[in-house]
Amino acid sequence: MSLNLFSSKGCPLEQQRFTWRDMVGKPISKLDDDAFTRVRVILMNGIELDALRFQHIAARMQRELRLPLARIRRTEQHQATMINWLLGPDHSPLETTIAYEQVAIEVTAAVAQREPDPYFAQAYRFGLLEDFDHLYRYSALLDRLEGKDANNILQNYTDILPGRPTVVEHRSPEDDLREPYDRAAAPLTKLHAITITAGEFQTHDYYMNIGPLFADPVARQLYAEIASIEEQHVTQYGSMINPEEPLLEQWLLHEAAEVYNYYSCVQQETNPRIKAIWERFLDYELGHFHHVAELFKQFEKRDPAELFPTDLPEPIQFASQRDFVRQVLAQEVDLRARGTQFVDKSQESQASIDYRTHINSDGSPSETVAAGYIWTPGTELNRKVAVAV
Amino acid sequence: MKEQTPMGMNRTGMQMSPLDANAMQAAPASMTPATPGDDSALAQMRGSYISESDPIGSVPLPGTVKGAMTTGVALLTGDQPQLLLDKLGERLAFERTGTRLYDALITKFETMQDTSTSMTLADLRKIRQDEARHFAIVAEAIQSLGGDPTSQTPCADLVGVESMGLMQVVTDPRTTVAQSLHAILVAEMTDNVGWELLIALAEDQNQSALITDFSVALDEERMHLQQVQSWFQEATLGESISNGAMVDDIADANPSQLH
Repeated sequence: MSLNLFSSKGCPLEQQRFTWRDMVGKPISKLDDDAFTRVRVILMNGIELDALRFQHIAARMQRELRLPLARIRRTEQHQATMINWLLGPDHSPLETTIAYEQVAIEVTAAVAQREPDPYFAQAYRFGLLEDFDHLYRYSALLDRLEGKDANNILQNYTDILPGRPTVVEHRSPEDDLREPYDRAAAPLTKLHAITITAGEFQTHDYYMNIGPLFADPVARQLYAEIASIEEQHVTQYGSMINPEEPLLEQWLLHEAAEVYNYYSCVQQETNPRIKAIWERFLDYELGHFHHVAELFKQFEKRDPAELFPTDLPEPIQFASQRDFVRQVLAQEVDLRARGTQFVDKSQESQASIDYRTHINSDGSPSETVAAGYIWTPGTELNRKVAVAV
Repeated sequence: MKEQTPMGMNRTGMQMSPLDANAMQAAPASMTPATPGDDSALAQMRGSYISESDPIGSVPLPGTVKGAMTTGVALLTGDQPQLLLDKLGERLAFERTGTRLYDALITKFETMQDTSTSMTLADLRKIRQDEARHFAIVAEAIQSLGGDPTSQTPCADLVGVESMGLMQVVTDPRTTVAQSLHAILVAEMTDNVGWELLIALAEDQNQSALITDFSVALDEERMHLQQVQSWFQEATLGESISNGAMVDDIADANPSQLH
């Protein structure tokens, strides 16, 4: 069943209210809930935080929009709180990191397969192999630092294998920019770009916040290194968004992306309590969309339906993309970026090689942490004990 | 809120997803890592930081040393006067946090009306008061040496780091009394050893005036440990032996689908 943005007005903004008790409910169970419930929680927190980010920047640009932006932001803030607070306190920051990388891999892989534009699909596959490698490095850290198995979080949905080695992901900034989508691009291309940018931005900010919480210098270095790649990813994905779009058009697209993502969550959520939250927030986002659509008509003098001529696309698929990821890994691990294009590693730019050579010249945390690491059920100690016996 | 831990749809292990678990372990050989080395590289990096690191921080200078306070204050002697102040700071911090741990346990116990142990509210309130009094005893001791009981010494800082997990367990609304008691047990065991060491240190530094109060505190802490250990055993064994295993009936637990 597909959703039409204009067929339901959603919940009016003035009826979108919260209490602290409402916002801070029972968390999901790290042990018993399905990993994809946590994937959706993390993704939607990322989308909401990006809504706040975008709307704050927008307020700096246009005086007339400040009040409606402030009103909608207040709800986005409380939506983000209610969602992010679903993560249980028994997740260590590193376990949550494993979950963040699972989101990056599974959601980007799903988007890459659905993306109608081959250039952007390529960009998603490119970024995917890098996040895939991050999962392997962080899994080695979780095992060797906390003595825990990353698969307790992943629940067998996502492989723990090296991707494009993190050590070679460091590029010169000019090799991280991509061509933006055309303003006439398919709505799905725009929704994808907003979604993945939001997810990566959240991941970047999370690593920047929790990196210094670790005592272990290896962990501190690894978070420093991977946060830097996440910054590159935000640069990559953020540059896909068309800079010629008027501010209100970008805002309307963002609200549509929020609707689309909640709609995807509602369709697939297996935990009824969490599904009710997705349904409530889908209704809230439809309210935001229509509120902004009115502003779009008023200020842009255009019909919002121009941007969304048909029903919303099919939902983002929340499921293991193992086969696709393995196929991409086999075929594209040696790709590198040169300017806005993807090339074989033999054609990489000298600027990126020089940048990387220097930044890795005192050693590479991602190589150090995972030296000789092979994921084994129950941690590598299980393998070593088995070998010793 | 549960008084007992149910058996249910825990999804973390390999057995809960037999199909995906097989796939997970069946990656083509070309994709399995061939990175050289082992975890010694990690140890080496840690080593290089250890050898270059600065201390966590310093023990604040007592007034007697600074010259600001000279009367009514015992003079710190011995080779390492800062050690006693640091360890006093540690006990002060630990007793203060311990008081808060018991505050949290009391709320849990009252709310759950747990009857799985012989523990009573009066018992918990008594221990809670003991912990608060021990905090006051140590504060006075620090003052008597010209130290500042409002400062945070390096060892005080570190027991704060150590205790973070204990507080997380006891204040988590989902944990049972038995699970909370396990965290409290960790605290009490550590606390006993902490008092023993503090008394030895005070003797070593000729601070005999401190020892009487500290010995009373140690006796009380030994009693706490015995009580907590016995409640923990009652709560835990009572769960698994007397009552048998329960099957999860969490309202929002979703059906397990093998994958």
